Amino acid sequence: MEEELRALLRDLDALKQSADPTAIDRMRERVAGMVSPAAAAAAAVGAARSKIKDMSAEVVDSNPYSRLMALQRMGIVDNYERIRDYSVAIVGIGGVGSVAAEMLTRCGIGRLLLYDYDTVELANMNRLFFRPDQVGMTKTDAAVQTLSGINPDVVLESYSLNITTVKGFETFLGSLKAKSAHGCNTGVDLVLSCVDNYEARMVVNQACNELGQTWMESGVSEDAVSGHIQLLVPGETACFACAPPLVVASGVDERTLKREGVCAASLPTTMGVVAGLLIQNALKYLLKFGQVSPYLGYNSLKDYFPTMEMKPNPQCSNPACVQRQKEYMQSKPARDAAAKAKMEAEASAADECPVHVDNEWNISVLDDSDTATSSILSTAADSLPEGLVRELPTADSYQEPIAPVTSGAIDDDLEELQRQLDALNSS
Amino acid sequence: MPRAGENHIPIAGNTKVEEHGAKGEGRRAAAAAAAAIRSMEGWDRGTKSVVGEIPLLSTRAGPRDGDAWRQRLKEEYRALISYTSVNKSKDNDWFRISAANPEGTRWEGTCWYVHNLRRYEFPLQFDIPVAYPQVAPEIELPTLDGKTHKMYRGGKICLTVHFKPLWAKNCPRFGIAHALCLGLAPWLAAEVPILVDSGMVKHKDDEGAPAEAAAASGSAAAS
Ligand SMILES: [Zn+2]
Repeated sequence: MEEELRALLRDLDALKQSADPTAIDRMRERVAGMVSPAAAAAAAVGAARSKIKDMSAEVVDSNPYSRLMALQRMGIVDNYERIRDYSVAIVGIGGVGSVAAEMLTRCGIGRLLLYDYDTVELANMNRLFFRPDQVGMTKTDAAVQTLSGINPDVVLESYSLNITTVKGFETFLGSLKAKSAHGCNTGVDLVLSCVDNYEARMVVNQACNELGQTWMESGVSEDAVSGHIQLLVPGETACFACAPPLVVASGVDERTLKREGVCAASLPTTMGVVAGLLIQNALKYLLKFGQVSPYLGYNSLKDYFPTMEMKPNPQCSNPACVQRQKEYMQSKPARDAAAKAKMEAEASAADECPVHVDNEWNISVLDDSDTATSSILSTAADSLPEGLVRELPTADSYQEPIAPVTSGAIDDDLEELQRQLDALNSS
Repeated sequence: MPRAGENHIPIAGNTKVEEHGAKGEGRRAAAAAAAAIRSMEGWDRGTKSVVGEIPLLSTRAGPRDGDAWRQRLKEEYRALISYTSVNKSKDNDWFRISAANPEGTRWEGTCWYVHNLRRYEFPLQFDIPVAYPQVAPEIELPTLDGKTHKMYRGGKICLTVHFKPLWAKNCPRFGIAHALCLGLAPWLAAEVPILVDSGMVKHKDDEGAPAEAAAASGSAAAS
């Protein structure tokens, strides 16, 4: 449209100089031709709906929530409308994160915080969500643009920053802590990690361990044919640093995988599936229905979905994780009492059919006891379910010095060392 | 054509560890270094021998850890000083790096690679990540961003399948110097020849003429 208008302006300038009387008629025709597309564009903008105060269960064409509220009528969810009270942070607005954000937006989530440092590229168009006309925008702004059009009821916050840098991390941490309207422990109810690298996952892990914030991690393999989601509850489940990350073995022989000239492949299908698994788990967690999966893998080549549970590692290298584990152990009596009370209440209330369905294809490695005793993770390699592997090795056992070693060399002044390196650099 | 990697990976040299600190610590460091090198399946002999000459670090601290980070920073400097000296002594100097802020959380410099007897130089930068040293720094070569598939967005180099496992295994003993030696050096050796031969990267002496021609034609079109 802008292009056409500029061309029109140029031609009008030319017309001033021209003596040709038919030129005016041609110009009129062109302008007339532009009227109806412009009207259509304006109508499209006008079609954006206004905000809705209360979610209605009324089944009418004009109610965007009717099919969601039906979940409540059918007894799947107790109180669907509670979704409006929840805040979710999504870190990484790429092939998985953007789709996850759209799903939560369409579900009517209360508030979404979006984090990414990248901009939209044409190279992203093999994935869902972003459009070619958004190329060059920050991913978070482009996402806000699209999502606010889909559902204006959702409060959207865009954070275009790199959380792995010290400065970015402080902003990230601050935004997660900022109280939201309904004021719970931290400002968000759930953090979803949709990043594509280990470095950023470790940063989300750090933030969530420090805040005691429950989060879910998601990932798609670099060969685009497998993925996973994982629930992390600081102190209660393994954190991301407790053991080397667990990934789904694609079954492709590493030696036959050709890596020359490429970093990573991606498919909209695998990413869409993983986003769907992630948000399904998030909805179950937030709205308290079904079973929340602690770990769910997806091997697309074999259509195989391994599951497992992971206990925290008492020797975890992350001090905040160890602290959360201690707190979790201390709160055990209170938890037991609450669980007992709940069971009694349920027993008196119901002859309802059991929620549990046998999942014979599921493999659970650990029993249900919640005592974080000795680490099962040291022998994790042996006890992993079929089809799951560790992405990285564990660090070699290494005794860290108990006290800072004091010897001549260690006492070196930092400025002196800087000077030495500078001298080498300039020689 | 010179062999890839020849310009900065000396083949000579034993796996000797510089003693730093008390004698006992030196022995332990030597044992650790030997273990680190034993775990380097899939790496060439040259890289193995050089990495053995970089002092190992011991403080597990990241940029948010206050005094412990200052301690770690000292160890980083010691390793970098040692590595740079070794490179110079072997006529194999290939990078310059220094902290770009007083906290030592951002580093900038240059690196270069000689291909067909010509030197190609690239600016180099990275931040020390919050989760360091559990995760390695992500080294960026901003001028090569978008020129090779072996790179993530922002010019972050795509490391080999061997790098991350080795880094994880040796945490917290590997530092910035190790990341340069085991991450950046092999990347340059593998990618620069391809970038030059395909014409994606031009030598700075060859850049002048075509650029001027383009500028001239550009101004002609505008007038
Ligand atoms: Zn942990």
